[in-house]
Amino acid sequence: MHDLEVFRREVRAWLEASCPASMRTPQRGDIDDVWGGRRATWQHPDQKVWLERMASRGWTAPTWPKEYGGGGLAPAEARVLEQEMRALGCRIALRSFGLWMLGPVLLQFGSEAQKREHLPRIVGGEIRWCQGYSEPAAGSDLASLQTRAVLDDTGTNYIVNGQKVWTSHADKADWMFCLVRTDLEAKKHEGISFLLIDMQSPGIAVRPIQLISGSSPFCESFFDDVRVPVGNLVGKPGGGWGIAKALLEHERALISNMRERAAAGEEALESLARRYLGNDVRAADPVLRDRITQASMDDLCSKLTLRRSAEAAKAGKAPGPETSMFKLYGTELSKRRREIKIAIMGFAGVGWSGDGYAADELAITRDWLRSRASSIEGGSSEIQLNIIAKRVLGLPD
Amino acid sequence: MQSLVLTEDQEDIRRTARAFVQERAPVTHFRALRDAGDALGFSRDLWRDLAQLGLSGMAVPEAYGGGGLGFAELGLVLEELGRNLVPTPFLSTVVLATGAVLRAGSEAQRKDILPGVCSGERLLAFAHDEGTRHAPWRVATRAERTPGGYRLVGEKSFVLDGHVADTLVVVARTDGAQDDARDGLTLLLVPRDAAGVTVQRLETIDSRNLARVRFEGVAVAEAAVLGKPGEAAAVVEAVLDRGAVALAAEMFGGLCEAFERTVAYLKVRKQFGVAIGSFQALKHRAAHMFCEVELARSIVLESLRALDDDSRTDVSLLASTAKARVSDTYMLVASEAIQMHGGIGVTDELDIGLYYKRARVAAMTLGEASYHRDRFARLKGY
Repeated sequence: MHDLEVFRREVRAWLEASCPASMRTPQRGDIDDVWGGRRATWQHPDQKVWLERMASRGWTAPTWPKEYGGGGLAPAEARVLEQEMRALGCRIALRSFGLWMLGPVLLQFGSEAQKREHLPRIVGGEIRWCQGYSEPAAGSDLASLQTRAVLDDTGTNYIVNGQKVWTSHADKADWMFCLVRTDLEAKKHEGISFLLIDMQSPGIAVRPIQLISGSSPFCESFFDDVRVPVGNLVGKPGGGWGIAKALLEHERALISNMRERAAAGEEALESLARRYLGNDVRAADPVLRDRITQASMDDLCSKLTLRRSAEAAKAGKAPGPETSMFKLYGTELSKRRREIKIAIMGFAGVGWSGDGYAADELAITRDWLRSRASSIEGGSSEIQLNIIAKRVLGLPD
Repeated sequence: MQSLVLTEDQEDIRRTARAFVQERAPVTHFRALRDAGDALGFSRDLWRDLAQLGLSGMAVPEAYGGGGLGFAELGLVLEELGRNLVPTPFLSTVVLATGAVLRAGSEAQRKDILPGVCSGERLLAFAHDEGTRHAPWRVATRAERTPGGYRLVGEKSFVLDGHVADTLVVVARTDGAQDDARDGLTLLLVPRDAAGVTVQRLETIDSRNLARVRFEGVAVAEAAVLGKPGEAAAVVEAVLDRGAVALAAEMFGGLCEAFERTVAYLKVRKQFGVAIGSFQALKHRAAHMFCEVELARSIVLESLRALDDDSRTDVSLLASTAKARVSDTYMLVASEAIQMHGGIGVTDELDIGLYYKRARVAAMTLGEASYHRDRFARLKGY
């Protein structure tokens, strides 16, 4: 038998024995997401059991090397694991910026000591990470960031002063990977360094920001003479921008990926339209019906483009230029779909709270409001258009 | 499910088609025919050579002289033809009418007609639309029963290649009082030179071949019926799906060429001392078009592959999506191409205007985007 098939059998047997039955039921929503960390919260005790079992095999980070706690799987094996988990309906044991963003960057740029210290704790979900990139005066123009890190007289610590904003879940995170300016004299892209900061360090204050959706996934973080050991610098001083760019690629793939995943469980627009407008949608609102159709067709074309890209990757071809549009198109389309939902629901789509609205109606409204941020975070749509114009089309600066 | 990534064999076909078209029929070929007011509107020599290379009969089964391949391959040829605005009877003969013969024809009819199509000697046309806008079930042309067959009366207004076809595949009503019903439709094979057939060529902005065809008491033999009398609707629908997808492939080639030429122009045209492609107002529009082009590429590839897979139940949905999305994208790209080229974009000297005109006619051929969106919604039941 083919090695991969042997592996598939082993994986299935292990999953069947190890994944608690409750972890094979569909999630109720974001509330059942497991993020880990020192202050982890659990909706169900089995979540913790499931995470510990997966982490013990390194399968929360299937392709990372075993020496750093990962699964040590080849890409083909990792796909088998993913397929089998999906086939059995296993929940994702751990969601984490450490897994998705920092880990790949540490593997590429980190020192041996950094890899040994941080990667196993990411795999195990012991430490929750957040990303300190944007600042009040550095949004799309990220490289103009002003948070300063100055070496102290002994050369053992950086002293960090400044402010970060739009830090996802900073209030729940244990550590932050952070862009800081270490050289004021250098050109703006060359004076930036990549620093790992323990959020328990004295001098850090975090304040959640309430969004128009009512939720507070983002925070402001303030740094007042925070001491960070020099050993926490990743790469070389002044080499942070290259690392940040590598990491942003992971983030963009992640955001479009998450949108796709969220859309998979969504009620189709035409079904929603029949519920609220009646079976004859055409008679009820022919213009809205056409908007629904346009969005459905665009959705179909977008999914096909994702499939084409995945198939090209599987066939061993270099990623095509189409990948650069996923973040842009995915978020713009998901915003449009949510706007159409509200148009379909009418006043049932603008409830804020209380018993006067069904829970699913309130959820759709909040989800719509939250979606407005998707085309801003992780590089706004306009920045994506700049990138496509420059890198894909080769248009001049 | 066939991958959306081209196989090596498919890449070869693309290279062959591209080389042939670049050598024999770049846009200057179309211009020469147009400027000469060519009575045929296309080159018989070119068509024969294209057939000899196996490019036209590619998707016809080998038993009838074809290549036994599918639309995934045929689409690559159509794309190259679209890139260079090559006028050929491809859509009318190879896609539409051949589709009807393959689906509904008897073995004798297939053997009679298809080898000539594959060799490039026989031209066909599919005579269906009667009004100014695509409406496949609005058929007033009547075929009345006679002792030996039928008597055909009516008019088809916009028949692709109607004035050059040897044989017309005519959608006629043999039953049904309404002129807008799927029931009661019959397909008839009518020689263009039959008594009572008059053909008038229509000159259009894209200099392609459209004709108005009148049937004034044309006698059609029983043996010339294609498929079951009164039950042609399903065949017509399948033929039109083929047509929509194939036309989308042709249009995709055209829009790619127009887009690439425009991006190249943005890099060389200077105003205010810099390349105009450095202006963000143009950059963002170009990047937006790029996204639309990539989406169009995906739906063209997938809909072509769906036509090759008999187990697929979503062919009509995909065909309508392809036609609607690619029509919109071609119109967007061609409009922007003119605008971004500025004054020279509206001159006859530059090819860009030719793409714009082709986009407009192709977008309405076999149904506007709005027609296909309405159809998509109906198919989905809302």
